[in-house]
Amino acid sequence: MTSLPQGPTTKKLGLVIDLDTCVGCHACAVNCKEWNTGGHSAPLTDFNPYGAETAGVWFNRIHSFEAGEGENCRTVNFPKSCLHCETPACVTVCPTGASYKREEDGIVLVDADLCIGCKLCSWACPYGAREFDESDGVMKKCTLCIDRIYNENLPEQERVPACVATCPASARHFGDLGDPASAVSRLVAERGGFDLLPELGYKPVNKYLPPRPRRDQPGATGAPAALAALSPAQDSPSGFLGWVDRLLSR
Amino acid sequence: MFPATSVIFFTTASGAGYGLIAALGVFAALGLVAPGLGLGLFGFVLAFGLITAGLLSSTFHLGHPERAWRAVSQWRSSWLSREGVMALVTYVPAGLFALVFTFGPWLPEGQGALRPLGLLSALAAALTVFSTGMIYRVLKPIHQWANGWVVPSYLALAAMTGLMLLDLALAVFARPSQVVATTTLIAIALAAALKAGYWRFIRTSRAASTAETATGLGRFGRVRLLEAPHTEENYLLKEMGFKIARRHAEKLRRIAALAGFILPFVFTLTTLVRPAFGLLPAVLAVLSAGLGVAVERWLFFAEAKHTVMLYYGATSA
Repeated sequence: MTSLPQGPTTKKLGLVIDLDTCVGCHACAVNCKEWNTGGHSAPLTDFNPYGAETAGVWFNRIHSFEAGEGENCRTVNFPKSCLHCETPACVTVCPTGASYKREEDGIVLVDADLCIGCKLCSWACPYGAREFDESDGVMKKCTLCIDRIYNENLPEQERVPACVATCPASARHFGDLGDPASAVSRLVAERGGFDLLPELGYKPVNKYLPPRPRRDQPGATGAPAALAALSPAQDSPSGFLGWVDRLLSR
Repeated sequence: MFPATSVIFFTTASGAGYGLIAALGVFAALGLVAPGLGLGLFGFVLAFGLITAGLLSSTFHLGHPERAWRAVSQWRSSWLSREGVMALVTYVPAGLFALVFTFGPWLPEGQGALRPLGLLSALAAALTVFSTGMIYRVLKPIHQWANGWVVPSYLALAAMTGLMLLDLALAVFARPSQVVATTTLIAIALAAALKAGYWRFIRTSRAASTAETATGLGRFGRVRLLEAPHTEENYLLKEMGFKIARRHAEKLRRIAALAGFILPFVFTLTTLVRPAFGLLPAVLAVLSAGLGVAVERWLFFAEAKHTVMLYYGATSA
């Protein structure tokens, strides 16, 4: 049923993405592709992968933006995947019931057996989270690694989405954003996490943390502001060293 | 947005078909068009032909056409599903109406049903076209679709093309109707006004979303793309990134206005003031309007910009 769950889901699993620490390495996108091409929505088909006009299905894409002007200009790496919205229009427009939002954790998924490949859900998503697989004829999207996060065959610390597991800068955090006491919710509160395209009213669950204020001045490290002057070397040493000095200076 | 030929054909052809059924229904119910075998066969074969061809063509762009039947299941939430349901539902009153209209002399007991069936068919046809318009109307990421002009335009264009087909059908059987032709002229003027209003709206208004709201980085100043996520085109860029040069859009708008509204108006007026010209003006009106509406529909897609392109360097949505 493509009607949304009655009332907001209490559990809202999602990602918090730190735009301050993301280094734009694309490792999350690569690991996403790696895991998901064998996962719930497998395969993530590639077309002409080693030739010209390569194309393929990816669930995670890393954009890079410049913001601001002159010396205040910031370069911001910007990973983007499905935001598992609270009011996802991609779900309600689906004519077949293939798109759905899970009541138990808020994850938005596609049932590939019901999808007719009309692409309307991808038109309804302002974030570009859905990509059509020409080969399978169905729409595919981020599953929040539903086959990892509940996977009891994996060690507990690996039960996070592939993108989170692989991020070398710890710029991606996974958790329950419906629980105000969760680590991700606290992070959002502390760092002023924000929604993408809030004016459209999709209420995305995933949050983005803004780049921290730029530091124009060095912080206090306890080091002296200026180096103390060195005491000048003795011009004429006395005693044994003086004798050596006089001998060598001859 | 990428203008898929199958969807352009579907909305143009089925719009005209539903318009014809609605026109037949209303005018027959009002007693302004007399039912009969020839008119019935010609009109309803044309109408059901256009509708059915359109519906079939709309399944061609699906990834899984064989699963198309599933699309009627989500009428509670999805306008596409509602359109599918209404398209199928309309066959019932319209089919019965077509029987009573066409084979009236052999179905004397059905004559009382002509008026309610006609009105019911018109209502069902209008609701189907309304649902088609709503599919686009509710897509918030597309500013050129999510506005109040879209649904009235779809309804008016369907009515206009349907009425022209009725003019033609009446002309074929040498029963041209001044009332129908006059209504057609009004419908053409209304559709042209709505389309002019729509084009003005998309030229003068802007989407609320910008690269700044898309990234949340507006706090630092103007946002622009430094590096795209990939070097080649992906699905999003092919489907949502379709662009048309502004000068082509202007030219195509003029073609749509001329072929879709101005010429059909002149031809329909000719059928009124120069009945001696016979069938020709009615045929020309239909052919010209068909071309004009197809161009209009192509533009409706080609000029629509999707919010996702803000993540790919678009400066406005």
